[in-house]
Amino acid sequence: MLLLIAGTMAVLLVRNLFVATMLLGIVSFTMALIFISLDAVDVAFTEAAVGAGISTVLYIGTLALVGSQEKDKPRFAAGPMVICLAVGAVLYYATYEMPRFGEADNPVHTHVAPRYIEDSPTEIGVPNMVTSVLASYRGYDTFGETTVIFTAGIGVLLILRQRRRRKNEDDETDVPLDEGKTGRKGSLSGLGSEHDLIPHVIAKLLIPFIFVFALYVQFHGDYGPGGGFQAGVIFAAGIILYALVFSLEYARHVINEKAILLLISAGVLLYGGVGVASMLLGGNFLDYNVLASDPVAGQHLGILLVELGVGITVTAAMLAIFYAFVGRADLIAAKAEQENN
Amino acid sequence: MAPDMLSMSSQFPILVAIIPLMAAPVCALLRGRNAPWAFTTIASAFAFYVSLQLLLTVASSGPISYELGGWAPPWGIEYVVDLLSGFLLVLISGISTGVLLFARESVVKEIPTSQLGLFFAAYLLALTGMLGICITGDAFNVFVFLEIMSLSSYALIAMGERTDKRALTAAFQYLIIGTVGATFYLIGVGLIYMMTGTLNIADIAARFPEIEGTRPILAAAGFIVIGLAIKLALFPFHVWLPNSYTYAPSIITAFFAGTATKVGVYLLIRFIFTVFGVNYSFTGLELTDILLPLAVLGFLSMSAVAIYQTNIKRLLAYSSVAQLGYMILGLALASESGLTASIVHIFNHAIVKTGLFLSVGCMFYVVGSNYLKDLDGIGRRMPITTFGFVLGGLGLIGVPLTPGFISKWYLVVAALEKGSFIGYGLVALLMVSSLLAVIYIWRVVEVAYFRDPPDGAEKEEAPMSLLVPTWLFILGSFYFGIETSFSVGMAKAAAAFLMGGA
Repeated sequence: MLLLIAGTMAVLLVRNLFVATMLLGIVSFTMALIFISLDAVDVAFTEAAVGAGISTVLYIGTLALVGSQEKDKPRFAAGPMVICLAVGAVLYYATYEMPRFGEADNPVHTHVAPRYIEDSPTEIGVPNMVTSVLASYRGYDTFGETTVIFTAGIGVLLILRQRRRRKNEDDETDVPLDEGKTGRKGSLSGLGSEHDLIPHVIAKLLIPFIFVFALYVQFHGDYGPGGGFQAGVIFAAGIILYALVFSLEYARHVINEKAILLLISAGVLLYGGVGVASMLLGGNFLDYNVLASDPVAGQHLGILLVELGVGITVTAAMLAIFYAFVGRADLIAAKAEQENN
Repeated sequence: MAPDMLSMSSQFPILVAIIPLMAAPVCALLRGRNAPWAFTTIASAFAFYVSLQLLLTVASSGPISYELGGWAPPWGIEYVVDLLSGFLLVLISGISTGVLLFARESVVKEIPTSQLGLFFAAYLLALTGMLGICITGDAFNVFVFLEIMSLSSYALIAMGERTDKRALTAAFQYLIIGTVGATFYLIGVGLIYMMTGTLNIADIAARFPEIEGTRPILAAAGFIVIGLAIKLALFPFHVWLPNSYTYAPSIITAFFAGTATKVGVYLLIRFIFTVFGVNYSFTGLELTDILLPLAVLGFLSMSAVAIYQTNIKRLLAYSSVAQLGYMILGLALASESGLTASIVHIFNHAIVKTGLFLSVGCMFYVVGSNYLKDLDGIGRRMPITTFGFVLGGLGLIGVPLTPGFISKWYLVVAALEKGSFIGYGLVALLMVSSLLAVIYIWRVVEVAYFRDPPDGAEKEEAPMSLLVPTWLFILGSFYFGIETSFSVGMAKAAAAFLMGGA
């Protein structure tokens, strides 16, 4: 906890954005540890994968675009400070009269939760109750969250891709993106270190394991901590590592932007499709019981499929964001190189 | 097993949300100039049809509940259609469909063709978010759809950057402020979950009286009210709205002006009247003392600020913040007639403002600018469009026979019911605000009719595909200004239901 406070304070005070990004990664890992000590393993897993993993990579991608030094002198912002303090004070005020942490007769433990704990083994039959709640009891929320990820991916593509296209339209002499890059040795955004042997070898060794681990997390989510969100992020991390070490160009051979767009949509459609299928089979939306002759088998099938949908959308959305950021860096680099020639 | 008609209509509540939701990923893959637009319009029209059916069912046979995943609430998520949510569903999907009719030619001018698939996908997601918020009976599910709506609207507003780069900063500002609002809401819901152990709105409401005196609930109510106030742009939390509306693409401004803030008002009504209950909201929290002054300050100051604007979209945006003041005033009066006035005004303002923003969209289509200085003599260059704008403006002021008059009538009735000098004072202030509205609409009229068009400007009307939907809204507003049985009837019934259900 102290580490957490120290970390966040340091993020605020450090003026170099690269250092701040690294510190944020540390803060996320500390948060994950706190979640573990609160017995929320699934949350900790997500925090580690998303907070410390993918967001750090995206921050660095942004820094490659904007540089790592803050331009503005630090200013004392009184308004936001007051608001933050007020929020803190209200939260502190609310901690009085809160139910004591961990007491067995707290409202959280006595109302909805007992059914999840007592009946989910027979109703759903998945050992990991968190998965039961996320994917079935409150499966519609998870569908919504997947749509949020989808929306984020669409938003980034909408804003960043447009600007790239337009530059090409305006300026005919500008090299089309792909040719521009193949002509160069590596890309200038700090990606694709073709002459560095060690990262190449290590990455080649690591990437298969990352993918296998992602698949394990994806399909083992029923039994242990994990599921589509975490697996998707890990899978994306594998491809991003590949792109970082071997340049975006090679990563594009593996999976290009068109395929990404297709996959983002496919994941949502798969999740929603399961819902529509259960409607056509006579149940309510996302009622997995009707998917197979035996309700528990139906639940298993339903959860497997929707988690797959989540995994696909998350992977593709993360890659879309990464490609869009790094693609911009490459474009800027290509322009700079052209001017030098 | 083929779904027969009976089982089909029992699935209507979920269809409202998943038609646009499932259409979005398909739309993202569509290419070309017309396909994404046509697909979106059909999806939106279908959602409109389903909403109408739902509202009719609710009106005749009472609220509908739908269990998602077949899990009974409070374990699973529940969809609830009652009079208020059904009314909002019809309003939102109807406005969306009307605006989409306008969109085909307008969007081609403002958005690159290669992006149209993604653009309409984001549009569908925003629609999904709004409909999902209105129909759900689960406090956390509200947050999920709030996120869908917010994220897509940030992206949509940023799409105005092709005509004005400032759209990007406007979207960024909205993103930061909007995220704070959503986080506040989430903190509030978290605290409520801690105290009640449930997320289902009806279930929370049932367990609320036991715990309503506690401090965590006080904090939760505070966070939720402020979070929603930010989302609905209640004065003084409105700073994001004028910029966003000014720089967003024309159809996005028209769509959001009619719907996005209304969803916020809906949520506020839902929490104040259904979850907290009238008793706790107005005697425990004393929300009247907080919301009433903000509402009054809001409509007075924002109407005054609107007078000084040079950009016509910004002028209308400030007027929107002022009009939101009326809605909040109605619900702050904490009476059935006040609530009726609020709900009627949600409906009336949505139609009038969408019509106005669409006619501005027509002007932008032809002139290529929203600044008053470029619109000299527009009344002679585009007589049909400008006449529509003036008629819409009359509705905003509240001239008799327009819907604005109906709203103000009910507000005045509610204020007089309140009695004492506060009530009479409110009536006087409403009059002042209406006079301010006369001034800002007059400024446009003056530019449009009393200045000479620039040399060489030829008479050129917007194409029919833009004019017809615009006039649909303008004439529709007059229809609902004269024939009020639908809007007022629904609002009265919904208000009685909310006050009785408390």
